Amino acid sequence: MMRDPLRELLIRNPVLRQRDAGVVSPLTLVDCPSSAIHDACLALSSAGCSFSSIIAEGVPNRVQLLYLFRLRHGAGWYGLLVQLQDDAISLPSIATVLPAADWHEREVEDLFGVIFEGHPRLGDFVLHDQRWREQLMPMTPGVEVIAEEARPPHSRPWTPQRLVEAPGGFTMPVGPVYSGVAESGLFLLETLGEDVIRAFPRLFYKYRAIEKIVEGQSTADALLRVERCSGTSALAHAWAFAQAVERICGFIVDDDTVALRAFFAELERYRHHVATIREICESTSTLVATSQAAIVEEEVLRLCGELGGHRYLFGVVVPGGIAVRPSPDTLQKALKRLHVIDARLRKLQRLLWYSSSFRDRIEEVGIIAPSAAASHGLVGPLARASAATEDLRATQPYSPYDKCSFQIPSQVEGDGYARLGVLFAEAEQSLVLMGELAGRELFPAPAQTLVPAAGAALGWVEAPRGAAIIFVRVHKNGTIERLRLTTPSFTNWRGFYLATERFAFQDFPIILATLDLSIAENDR
Amino acid sequence: MSAWILQGIETGVKTTRYPDKTDDSPGVTPGFPGTTELNEPHAAQALAATCPMSALASEGSRVLVADRGLCVHCFRCARNETPIAWRDDVEWATLNEGSDVLAHGFARSLHVLVVDAGDCGACLSEVAQLAGPYYNAHRLGIFVTPTPRHADVMLVVGPMTDHMAEAARRCYDAMPDPKRVVAVGACAISGGVFGRTFASLGGVASVVPVDVTVPGCPPPPLAILHALLVVTGRRVPAGIVP
Repeated sequence: MMRDPLRELLIRNPVLRQRDAGVVSPLTLVDCPSSAIHDACLALSSAGCSFSSIIAEGVPNRVQLLYLFRLRHGAGWYGLLVQLQDDAISLPSIATVLPAADWHEREVEDLFGVIFEGHPRLGDFVLHDQRWREQLMPMTPGVEVIAEEARPPHSRPWTPQRLVEAPGGFTMPVGPVYSGVAESGLFLLETLGEDVIRAFPRLFYKYRAIEKIVEGQSTADALLRVERCSGTSALAHAWAFAQAVERICGFIVDDDTVALRAFFAELERYRHHVATIREICESTSTLVATSQAAIVEEEVLRLCGELGGHRYLFGVVVPGGIAVRPSPDTLQKALKRLHVIDARLRKLQRLLWYSSSFRDRIEEVGIIAPSAAASHGLVGPLARASAATEDLRATQPYSPYDKCSFQIPSQVEGDGYARLGVLFAEAEQSLVLMGELAGRELFPAPAQTLVPAAGAALGWVEAPRGAAIIFVRVHKNGTIERLRLTTPSFTNWRGFYLATERFAFQDFPIILATLDLSIAENDR
Repeated sequence: MSAWILQGIETGVKTTRYPDKTDDSPGVTPGFPGTTELNEPHAAQALAATCPMSALASEGSRVLVADRGLCVHCFRCARNETPIAWRDDVEWATLNEGSDVLAHGFARSLHVLVVDAGDCGACLSEVAQLAGPYYNAHRLGIFVTPTPRHADVMLVVGPMTDHMAEAARRCYDAMPDPKRVVAVGACAISGGVFGRTFASLGGVASVVPVDVTVPGCPPPPLAILHALLVVTGRRVPAGIVP
């Protein structure tokens, strides 16, 4: 029987009060004093909810924190609203009991100056300590950061913390610029010589302050930045953003439009998964396989370019509709071509499965145990390779997936091989979904210009790398007051260390490739 | 083992004929807006005003692309009621004033260091396509090198975030002379949609001298290839947009 987390929460914590509906659509919102936040979060978590995000908002003279939870098995979003009054800048940390909240608390501390009591490691996260002075709080409303005035008073060389204390132990830094075509990030590999004991990532070299720069922009202009928080999953993020904005405006999108959005979203997922498969092949130096995957990837990119006008599907989904409306005939032709392209991918899968030299490299590397994946709240194909079954398309269904039939591939081993298997299987499912959607003869309405309305809402999409959750608050003149991008990579990077304990040096690029983490999506 | 060899042979040659012949396969480029003649000045103004990046300007009844480097491929001008003329070319790279190309010795062997200065992932993905069979930059003697010490060209993507500035500068300093810098994409040119803020320096030129720029968001692989050929003098840079 389905439990009602809200009821359990309110019974166990009599100080909590439920808010009227509609404050943040479609959340069930509960007011929570900061002293009760620890217990309330634990209660929600034990009542079958996953921690999803902390959404901080600076309101004049105070900070408001929204702790976002979603039901693990079934549809439903819950929010705990904490108001930090006047001078209060601290509240108890929940990261000690919910590891998934760890990075959220560090980010809020860095950008809003809120202190989480009991958190083991605050500071030097989004804003690197060598570059910025303490207490900068760039996300405070009305604060314009001038770089020259925000530098630390004297140079502070950054020394990474070291855990490995053994004779001959040393730290090998890799990055932020390293070999090949790779995103910028620093990895500190602690080693005794042969094996890496522990890998510590230092991110946010690519911090572009998207959440800050969109404030005061129109939703149309903010969309450009939302897409470019992650160019390789731009359409998924644009869709989640559009959902939130449409919720605020009370605009209902017609069925054909959402179906066409889903068609493009599955096309993006397919392309993304092929790109990751290419990177995994590349990391093992399997050259023919890399080339075969690269052929598939480029052919899908060209198909996206032809169908959507843009190889990465920028500008396809807009709040109020869809900007590109291919005819049913064009979709069918594209689908036919996609099946031809897919034949190469299936052949590649067979060849890889029977190549023991390849399988030996990815089997049993970077294992994430199912229990660890669950306790860290990991999402997407990465989590589904570690026995998770959550997929927002099914667990928090949004149109049109509530009326589609598809499988959610899952494996239990949690190693590189399982992750590769999930990617291949999901690409196949995307093709099935595209077939179903294209068969519906879609005639979407032209995109509408939305009438600006004030309010706050949530949008969510199962992006190629997992749950993308976007919170938007819009002013009555139609400009953005607060945008919060909870991206799948931000959620999953927190679990990076789970896969990188005690491994051989040569496995590092392979583990990194199979984890399929985007730094751009994390850093924003 | 033999299965892989057979698969390779079966695949045949996929590689583009560029730069010997133009490649106009569908989907290789998002294209660019071009100069458009409209009936009346009012319509021209309205069309130019659709651009969120101020890349368009109107001159009488004519709409001009004032600065290709600012275009982020949002297609608002192309989807306007009176759409702008669209050009599906790919040779977009320009040589900056005061810069010259690398001497003849680099024509068959160019080592490129790729630096990500905060890109969204799309530019980097397009750079990665260059190694694939369709573009195969190796056949033109272009190699990605893991170290700045061996690099002739630094290829930079992204708006140059504050956190990456130091690393990018050190990479440039570590490169032996002669060296050139190619800025790839709208972000690397001017900061793109991220502009100039405390977190983004608004383009690569704020940290290292830039010699060749490729506009686009992202520029397709052929445009990046064109830039790498321009830097060695093997192709002429794009002229003033007609």
